[in-house]
Amino acid sequence: MATLHTRSAARLMIAPSVLLLLAWMIVPLAMTIYFSLLRYNLLMPGMEEFAGLTNYTYFLTDPAFFQAIFNTLAIVLGVLFITVVGGIGLALLLDQPMFGQGIVRILVIAPFLIMPTVAALVWKNMFMNPVNGLFAWLAKLLGLQPFDFLANAPLLSIILIVAWQWLPFATLILLTALQSLDEEQKEAAQMDGAGAVSRFIYLVLPHLSRAITVVILIQTIFLLSVFAEILVTTNGGPGTQSTNLTFLVYAQALLQFDVGGASAGGIIAVILANIVAFFLMRMIGKTLEA
Amino acid sequence: MARNVSTGRKLITTVVAWTIGILIFFPILWTFLTSFKTEAQAIASPPVFLFFDWTTENYSEVQSRSDYLKHFMNSVVVSFGSTLLGLLIAIPSAWAMAFSPTKRTKDVLMWMLSTKMMPPVGVLVPMYLIFRNWGLLDTRTGLVIVLTLINLPIIIWMLYTYFKEIPGEILEAARMDGASLSKEIIYVLTPMAIPGIASTLLLNIILAWNEAFWTLNLSAAKAAPLTAFIASYSSPEGLFYAKLSAASTMAIAPILILGWFSQKQLVRGLTFGAVK
Amino acid sequence: MNLRTFLLGTCSAVALAGLAQAETLTIATVNNGDMIRMQKLTDDFTSKNPDIQLEWVTLEENVLRQRVTTDIATKGGQYDIMTIGTYEVPIWAKQGWLLPLDNLGPEYDVDDLLPAIRSGLTIDGKLYAAPFYGESSMVMYRKDLFEKAGLTMPDAPTWDFIADAARKITDKGNEIYGICLRGKAGWGENMAFLTATANAFGARWFDENWKPQFDQPEWKNALDFYVKLMNDAGPPGASSNGFNENLSLFQTGKCGMWIDATVAASFVTNPKESTVADKVGFALAPDTGLGKRGNWLWAWNLAIPAGSQKAESAQKFIAWATGKDYLKLVAEKEGWANVPPGTRTSLYENPEYQKAAPFAKMTLDSINAADPKNPAVKPVPYVGVQFVAIPEFQGLGTAVGQVFSAALAGQMSVDQALASAQQLSTREMTKAGYIK
Repeated sequence: MATLHTRSAARLMIAPSVLLLLAWMIVPLAMTIYFSLLRYNLLMPGMEEFAGLTNYTYFLTDPAFFQAIFNTLAIVLGVLFITVVGGIGLALLLDQPMFGQGIVRILVIAPFLIMPTVAALVWKNMFMNPVNGLFAWLAKLLGLQPFDFLANAPLLSIILIVAWQWLPFATLILLTALQSLDEEQKEAAQMDGAGAVSRFIYLVLPHLSRAITVVILIQTIFLLSVFAEILVTTNGGPGTQSTNLTFLVYAQALLQFDVGGASAGGIIAVILANIVAFFLMRMIGKTLEA
Repeated sequence: MARNVSTGRKLITTVVAWTIGILIFFPILWTFLTSFKTEAQAIASPPVFLFFDWTTENYSEVQSRSDYLKHFMNSVVVSFGSTLLGLLIAIPSAWAMAFSPTKRTKDVLMWMLSTKMMPPVGVLVPMYLIFRNWGLLDTRTGLVIVLTLINLPIIIWMLYTYFKEIPGEILEAARMDGASLSKEIIYVLTPMAIPGIASTLLLNIILAWNEAFWTLNLSAAKAAPLTAFIASYSSPEGLFYAKLSAASTMAIAPILILGWFSQKQLVRGLTFGAVK
Repeated sequence: MNLRTFLLGTCSAVALAGLAQAETLTIATVNNGDMIRMQKLTDDFTSKNPDIQLEWVTLEENVLRQRVTTDIATKGGQYDIMTIGTYEVPIWAKQGWLLPLDNLGPEYDVDDLLPAIRSGLTIDGKLYAAPFYGESSMVMYRKDLFEKAGLTMPDAPTWDFIADAARKITDKGNEIYGICLRGKAGWGENMAFLTATANAFGARWFDENWKPQFDQPEWKNALDFYVKLMNDAGPPGASSNGFNENLSLFQTGKCGMWIDATVAASFVTNPKESTVADKVGFALAPDTGLGKRGNWLWAWNLAIPAGSQKAESAQKFIAWATGKDYLKLVAEKEGWANVPPGTRTSLYENPEYQKAAPFAKMTLDSINAADPKNPAVKPVPYVGVQFVAIPEFQGLGTAVGQVFSAALAGQMSVDQALASAQQLSTREMTKAGYIK
């Protein structure tokens, strides 16, 4: 099929997307790199001057910088852990015969369709609020002190909210993969006297590996830049305990209006994201080739 | 069902699955119920579940403050517009990548996905300046362009994984039978590609509908979609749970209903080539 | 009936004539109660000015601030009228971003604006923004709970009395917390309160050479006092409570005292919204005997971006929304107690308002007592009571606010928080070039 003619036609067909994405990447990136070398605060126009690498030095030495990297990774890994483990469990459950499977699936799918802002607002106010929230009421019902989630476990609370939104996504992909597992293979394994556990480890899990990789890849892309949930619930606090890199850049850009600093932060975030992406791609690449 | 399962076991599975399903869904259900309460009932302790005087006053209050229909239409135009435009650009690319792949196809795909990793806040000011210069601030066109670019990588990847599943032999067989290129596309490829395109369409409408950073920052009044509509309820003065719930319900209901009705296509769309 | 038809006819004729050149004003505003009311009352304006249409962008305070600041600094031109605070006005006016309001019409009576509020909006003798409502801070307390505890609130309490009373009133079993104070991080949230309070404790943000002062004992006293008091007598989750959250708590009867913006007085005494409407008393913000009460000064104002093509219509709208007739309009529809407070002398001289608003005198006294030019006991290089009027303060104030919020949540000690605040602000002030 790959004649010279079709190959050049293929190039022509790919060109628009590549060019658009290239422009989408390069134009803002070039401007950002340029701004990152300036002393440029939106609130003080006309004062722009070349600043060399000052903005980078300040961003890298920000007391919150390492915490932000840690939090970014914690959110990604925490949510991935919950959604993959929970997703496998839920997928196994939903794969069993039951009454009203369709409706259960509708219930489970719903959080994925919700705007992140709405999800965060609802969780923050109606569930996690230590005075008026439902959790506080439950705690009191059990004779416990209401737990102040957003102040005492801010990062965990955010991970929970984000995991709630992404659990359906993982569940559905894993469920589809599970359903493609040959019924006969399963029965054969059962005949051989394989227990449920060993069937899961030797048959189901390898079969799911591809789906799990996809879940990890797609979610990581979105989870690296979790923002709305943090902004709405904790604003990065208390202190900087729930500040991730995106939020740190946000604080530079929209609280200090320091375009230079925010640009430097943006560039650093892009570099770090690409390091993560590099490892991810190597891992994914292998599984997806197979 | 090939397996023989006792009714007893089926019942237990049913109960467990329903309990978990309802727990996962509960925050949304609770929001929906709260939207029909008065503000005082909304924070009542112990909470009231179903037995309260249902009222729609929150909805009329929300509507009197900002025109829901305007925001709704903007959301529809922006999410459908960006997805359709994205598909238009992506279909040829994904097609070419799937049917005449080169050594670099995988790299190109991965690079495309990696453009999604740039934190949007970092480039807000440059984007704002570009939009201002081109007169795109607070226009639906501007939002459509941004959302198209944001979701393009995902669209291309999803389509690519679908198209790859279409066996090349079928094409060749059709060609042997003497089908012309146009017939080949209409009778052989399109029917096989349509489900994949449909699910890509759905997933990206959802993603575009819920995108809250660019839509909020690049719009003001005329083009503001439902994400901006919600932004005025986030932390108002006084009691607000019921009004927040009403506004939330209005903002999420359309996409929730769309998602539910097209559940089958959507689920298929979520595989991303994960199933082989 | 005939007359009415006639009038309607003329109105629509005028409207039709106007439509040909109808101008749409896009107004960005905060989602506070008074602004939402204004939005609902705009029919009055559009019927008087049929050639002007209004589009509202109502956002939460922080989002609004980011949107309008980005827009005005990049000259995006998305808004014709912006709602901005006393903090922004002088900074923006100096940049030449705002249009002086010199065409508000003969009936506007600029001299009627409260002098304290007006002077904050006037630069080089020109008014750059018109106040929509103004506020200071004061103590709001529950008379019934005080009576029950055998306490009497003086008109001008000290912090020691407040702390003592708060601890006595607290009854956590029944969800009564002696005092509700801001804890949510943000320069306009907890730092507004803490900066103003620190003034009363003799602390200041910077010395005359812009050196941060968080390593001084006054700050330690103030923050220590605040954290201990809130731990003993504050509500759970105080570190995420801002103005709005505390307002809900107070309205639902969970706070014994609340020290916050005077504008809250009309909400907590409104029986439609508040379960404790008839039980609220007021007092001046507390002091520690050092001569400063630390009551702040703030106003939400309407301003027009420089370079606006619709300046004339925009000024008409501002004159309507901040004029005397608007106060009367609100009074007619919602009662005198609900008019936007703190902007006009004539309002406080109005006997009807005095009768309807038991908090009127305390509000006026608090506003008049605020002194943005000399906010602290010791001399300072900056203007502003609950903020420091420099562009860097938003970022710096919020960062310090985060640290203090963490101290309140018990995530770090007061000493750690102060050390961290000192380090943060030294860093930022060096970066910005204040510290050479």
